[in-house]
Amino acid sequence: MSKVMIYGEIKGGKIKKTAFELASQGRKLADALGAELGAVLVGPGAEQFAPDLAKYGVDTVFVIEAPELQTYNSEYYAQALAHVIGLKKPEIFLISHSMQGKDLAPRTAAKLGVSTIADCVSFELDGSTLVGKRPMYAGKCFSQWVSLGSPQMASARPNVLETAENPKAGTVEKVAFTTDTNRSTYTTKDLNLDTSGKVDLTEAEIIVSGGRGMGGNDYTLLEEMASIFGSNATVGASRAAVDAGWRPHSDQVGQTGKTVTPNLYVACGISGSIQHLAGMGSSKVIVAINKDPEAPIFTKADYGIVGDLFKVVPEFNKELKALLAE
Amino acid sequence: MKSLVCLKQVPDTETQIKVNAEGTGIVTDGIKYVINPYDEFSVEEALRLKEKFKAGEVVILTIGPDRVTEAIRTALAMGADRGIHINEESLNQADPLAIAQALAAAAKQGDYDVIFCGHRAIDDDFGEAGAMLAELLQLPQVTLVTKVEVAPDKKSAIVERDVEGGKETVEVPLPCVLTSQKGLNEPRYASLPGIMKAKKKPIDKKAAADLGIAADPGLQTRSYSMPPERKAGKKVENMEPADAAKSVVQLLRSEAKVI
Repeated sequence: MSKVMIYGEIKGGKIKKTAFELASQGRKLADALGAELGAVLVGPGAEQFAPDLAKYGVDTVFVIEAPELQTYNSEYYAQALAHVIGLKKPEIFLISHSMQGKDLAPRTAAKLGVSTIADCVSFELDGSTLVGKRPMYAGKCFSQWVSLGSPQMASARPNVLETAENPKAGTVEKVAFTTDTNRSTYTTKDLNLDTSGKVDLTEAEIIVSGGRGMGGNDYTLLEEMASIFGSNATVGASRAAVDAGWRPHSDQVGQTGKTVTPNLYVACGISGSIQHLAGMGSSKVIVAINKDPEAPIFTKADYGIVGDLFKVVPEFNKELKALLAE
Repeated sequence: MKSLVCLKQVPDTETQIKVNAEGTGIVTDGIKYVINPYDEFSVEEALRLKEKFKAGEVVILTIGPDRVTEAIRTALAMGADRGIHINEESLNQADPLAIAQALAAAAKQGDYDVIFCGHRAIDDDFGEAGAMLAELLQLPQVTLVTKVEVAPDKKSAIVERDVEGGKETVEVPLPCVLTSQKGLNEPRYASLPGIMKAKKKPIDKKAAADLGIAADPGLQTRSYSMPPERKAGKKVENMEPADAAKSVVQLLRSEAKVI
């Protein structure tokens, strides 16, 4: 019996790191409950990722393959998850609060007649009850939640839970499933993905962010810093920069944008409004570069440089490049 | 085009959130409430659809205590036609499924081409009601929507949505549920004549009994807490840019150990 079950998200033909974060967390919960850990993989060819999940502690991998599951579709994927949950009856089901998870978790939950404890940053057990801790008001406060439903369903913020290898069998079990195509849904016409391999803001380990102080849409200096940091780094922006049309909406960090939790957040020319501070305040380490010594961002920054970003950032990039080349 | 806009009233983003002494919730004294920013995009998009087709209705649906009337009036002043206010004590702290069930019950009493929700409310940040509402009504959902083009026959729409690392364009049959994302449009301000007209527009008050729903709790909060206090760290001032940059980069490796 897999009392604890996780969903392993596959994107662009690769299994996502969030799947290993969930598996590692799921393993801990399963061990504490004396239970097995199951994982669900959805889509044709998904079986190939079973050994990866086994490495992070999954006992059984349930694979659902149907031709309609080739491209992600909220209705069809929710059908698949609800089917395997109904069949295997896990007591706890964990999914990622990724872009796909935000779309998929609530639809699946509604099919099962439960709510999801969304966007958790940590979990603990109270007996056999799952307690999820989650930010509210974009991180201005936190709250602990329990589910009264079955399964106890929760989603986890990407890039927060730690991964830990713990090899288990990862036995594959194919689950028979027929998509109900009578249910009305959308058809994907075009999927225009950034092929540069740029990591999403919510999953980036390092974010280099620019605000009003950038003075325009030239973010070359920040793009350069992100590229020196490597493929786990990306560029973000404050609301002021987005509203000015300098950066796309999808880059906005803050209460009306994305809440982020990178290991390192470098704020360049960002004064630090309450909404912005809420959105990035849980970053592990914050660096602020701003010419105004009174900018509120300095009250939250672990390291602050008071100075003109157009003079500081080029030097910062030079030092960084030299250090990382060592 | 007949659109239903699900709208929530939330604390203004400027609000300093404080947890109460008992840790059971937040201090609500003195909070200024506004329309959830994502719901403003929904109102605007619904109005544009009505204007484009030169026919139809924009109906505002909200759940909450007496104070949410103000949010409905604001949406009516923007140009919406009428409001539905579910004023039900048991729903005020309800979990996403209970909220979606109430919204679904009210939505079933009308005949809508499109139902809009914000992709999340900026207070509790669950982001579940829209997709749940779609499932409960057995309608397709398109979430995180940034562009909507309804076909002239009003039977389908081409919709652009945010996905991780890019955009997805989908064709969705109507009726459907769309959840609004920033970038969809620039919401209009209410005009003075709009504000005057809004005072006379009808708001239909409903209780749980009118909708035949019972709000059974699905989630419970255990406690609220403030985030760990972040203290200001080392601030480098009055130093040459090269020296300042060097010292911080070195500290990121030797002290913070993040690079």
